[in-house]
Amino acid sequence: MNQQELRDVVIRALTDVAPDIDPATIDPVTDLTEQLDIDSMDFLNIVVAVHKQTGIEIPERDYPKLLTLDDAVAYLLAAEQRGAGADA
Amino acid sequence: MPSLGADMEYGTLLEWRVGPGDNVKRGDIVAVIDTSKAEIEVEIFQDGVIGQLLVTEGTRVPVGTALATVRAGAGDGAPPPPQASEPIAVTPALQAETQPPAPAETPVPPPPAVPRPPQVHRLRVSPVARRAAEQLGVDLASVAGSGSDGAITKADVERAAEAVAPSVPPATPARAVPESASAPAPAPTPMPPGAAPAEPADRAAAMRLAIGSLMARSKREIPHYYLQTQIDMSRALAWLQEENLRRSVADRLLPSALLLSAVVEAVAAMPAMNGFWIDDAFRPAEGVHLGVAISLRGGGLIAPALHDADHKSLDELMAGLRDLVKRARTGRLRSSEMSDPSITVTNLGEQGVDLVHGVIYPPQVALVGFGGIREQPWAADGMIGARPVVIATLAADHRASDGHAGSRFLTEIDHQLQEPEEL
Repeated sequence: MNQQELRDVVIRALTDVAPDIDPATIDPVTDLTEQLDIDSMDFLNIVVAVHKQTGIEIPERDYPKLLTLDDAVAYLLAAEQRGAGADA
Repeated sequence: MPSLGADMEYGTLLEWRVGPGDNVKRGDIVAVIDTSKAEIEVEIFQDGVIGQLLVTEGTRVPVGTALATVRAGAGDGAPPPPQASEPIAVTPALQAETQPPAPAETPVPPPPAVPRPPQVHRLRVSPVARRAAEQLGVDLASVAGSGSDGAITKADVERAAEAVAPSVPPATPARAVPESASAPAPAPTPMPPGAAPAEPADRAAAMRLAIGSLMARSKREIPHYYLQTQIDMSRALAWLQEENLRRSVADRLLPSALLLSAVVEAVAAMPAMNGFWIDDAFRPAEGVHLGVAISLRGGGLIAPALHDADHKSLDELMAGLRDLVKRARTGRLRSSEMSDPSITVTNLGEQGVDLVHGVIYPPQVALVGFGGIREQPWAADGMIGARPVVIATLAADHRASDGHAGSRFLTEIDHQLQEPEEL
């Protein structure tokens, strides 16, 4: 997946747990958990949804690298380029 | 209309998922209703065939109103369980055999009796947007969605509302008399000049009213006593981290699941915490139906039940919790989950403050609270070190138990969390 596709995957996962979010209003460089009032359960649901869509395994210790929209997309893109999601 | 919690007096039938003549099985979702708190999927409590739909979509009716008739047992020789333990079964809603209008052999009337609003159900609409559409009188079928997969967002609805008319009616007031609305949107009424367009404030207000009246009743009637204890979470979290390393994303556990499981185990040792205070007596619950207080996006909270938590493994509890939280926040809870938890847990989560003193949900007799897990100085074996610590609190009904029992209960929760591999 390219950057835009990965971004769409993350946004879809976000709006799935928080349907009231207008994707256009997400600030890509601010902590999503604070910005959108996402708790650990929501976050887990987002990670699960992203995993399902991309096949990328996201270890728990990497969660802090996914806290903003831009960071999450960059993380997923790097993971794809490493081939982590090659079998997806 | 089933009673989905002690605080519910009315419900609005939003959508039928079945029509006359449809075969249904126990547990099937037959309708979606709106309490003042949430949209709830109503499950049927028996097998049968739908007779007549007695309430049209969009109608608000008091709890106890029959929604439809059901002819029992068709297509399935097995009779429904005799003691129908599903809470919904004890409400007059969907009461099958006793409904005169549908004798067992009568031909089913043709479906067109109940007009279905076109298209609407097939659209992807967030609950917030749906509510906004109702309040603004916007036909969702005419709204172009800008969300993912064309989902309609609240902003889309508001744009559509502005495009159609600058001022639109507010939703029917929370205490309005039930009206037979055959159209999904309330009839427009003129707004006072200069008034702002309706916001979901009405709904938020209705929810506050419902929470307020239940909590006021609790504080008025229940002599609460409160206990608290600090629990060292280092073993539990170390075990959790280790365990999660081995697990794929979808199977990972959160600390909340351990806390819930510890409560369930402790209830087994202290059944006096698990049940209801009704008519001046404690009625122990059969099974542990663990209420989980879930904060909703945009405010308010709801405490649906994880049923038969005492028969669930840790993985099942976690899966159940994950599913429940997601559906609570996206507006797709089921009626059985809304009825009669036997003890409730409120967990502030990692963003929460140190501790919470809960208010018991009547007619339950206990509420367990967990604050955020924090690294704290902790003395053990003559040494002080830093450990992750959670403060567990108990609010319990003094009519049903005493501080001694409560203290043993909290201590048991602590013990359980020191042996996480046993949870």
